[in-house]
Amino acid sequence: MTELSELPPLSKPVAFPQDRTCPFHPPTAYDPLRTARPLSRVTLYDGRTAWAVTGHDTARALLADPRLSTDRTRPGYPATSPRFAALLDRRAALLNVDDPEHHAQRRMLVANFTLKRAAALRPAIQRIVDERIDAMLAQGPSAELVSAFALPVPSTVICELLGVPYADHEFFEEQSRRMLRSRVPEEVVDARERLDVYLGALIDRKAAGPPGDGVLDVLVHERLRDGTVDREGAIALAVILLVAGHETTANMISLGTYTLLRHPDRLAELRADPALLPAAVEELMRMLSIADGLLRLATEDIEVGGTTIRAGDGVVFSTSVINRDETAYPEPDTLDWHRSARHHVAFGFGIHQCLGQNLARAELEIALGTLFARLPGLRLAIPAEDARWKPGDTIQGMLELPVTW
Amino acid sequence: MHGDTPTRGHIRVDRDVCIGAGQCALAAPGVFTQDDDGFSVLLPGREDGAGDPMVREAARACPVGAIKVPGPEG
Repeated sequence: MTELSELPPLSKPVAFPQDRTCPFHPPTAYDPLRTARPLSRVTLYDGRTAWAVTGHDTARALLADPRLSTDRTRPGYPATSPRFAALLDRRAALLNVDDPEHHAQRRMLVANFTLKRAAALRPAIQRIVDERIDAMLAQGPSAELVSAFALPVPSTVICELLGVPYADHEFFEEQSRRMLRSRVPEEVVDARERLDVYLGALIDRKAAGPPGDGVLDVLVHERLRDGTVDREGAIALAVILLVAGHETTANMISLGTYTLLRHPDRLAELRADPALLPAAVEELMRMLSIADGLLRLATEDIEVGGTTIRAGDGVVFSTSVINRDETAYPEPDTLDWHRSARHHVAFGFGIHQCLGQNLARAELEIALGTLFARLPGLRLAIPAEDARWKPGDTIQGMLELPVTW
Repeated sequence: MHGDTPTRGHIRVDRDVCIGAGQCALAAPGVFTQDDDGFSVLLPGREDGAGDPMVREAARACPVGAIKVPGPEG
């Protein structure tokens, strides 16, 4: 039973976001949010107050509620860092577009991200994973896992799927990093501009040549040609597919590996029974909640259990807090893939739920399963407490992960 | 509406709402699948759920509430 005195006074909401104190747990500074479900208040970097959705059922209901918009060009749209405001005038696609425009964009792309398509990509993913592990073994017995494995695997996969030359990976990985992590607004704008120019040139090259079999080839030769999208719209779609397609999975691989290495008993169980991998990946996604801080703007008043979210209020979904709701997941801080983690909100919920989630699951199962199977002695090459992870204002993951085997 | 057959006891998938997330087919692959366009469809002969206990989990997993499962009274 929590003492009232331990709860934050209403005049002083929790600051959001904050850095994690352990990379696989929500920041301890969010503890007051975990005792104030299903709704609480947070203060954003610019001093503004926003609603924090903290209850699991409430989060699922509100993420599916059309009265909450993701259109960041609406006046009053909340921001969790200066970099969000820097991109306001840039063409948005998918995530930051409301229905019906969003629905039309999603319908254009969804056939490329089905369970069947993800299953068909498994042999290619396995080949890519094995090539990276071959290279690690050839150079070992140690490596920096983010640059040797966690980043190149999903980067190569999304290049093959979209039809982007992997030879350009250093360029687009660097621009993604700047766009998602820089605290200097000018640098964020410059990174997006460079990605726009690069992908615009790629789209023009594809339009001038014979159609390949990448997602962008189909987008160019069918949707751009018949006018379903214009060139700017195609570029915006390409940017989000490329950036979201490699950054998120890379972070899950690095942080998932670190988390498993810190849970040796669980890891031993997983190694002994690879059939547990799908459930393990689902539980890791729940526990790690790497996209922590989904933003919405209320466009109408919304009643939530006697509280009213007013039109114009900003709303933040802390997925790490929501996915630790003990009414949905008993002993939520324990890594336990024997529970059903199926209904977690790590991929979001509602119309914007991650388009690439089936691909992500396949990549994570193959990457983590193969890594631990082929490197039975895998361990951290540094003391666990010296590991470095990303700050709280971006997608969560390891900055670097020195390992040996 | 396609797939919205008001047959007694049949599961209904609203294809106008479906976003092709595939969560139904992931939860209950014996009842749901995705067509070539990526949208949810019921497998032939499984329109009543075939007694699969995962059907309700599949409906709950749908991020947009596109799946309606008839109650016990059918």
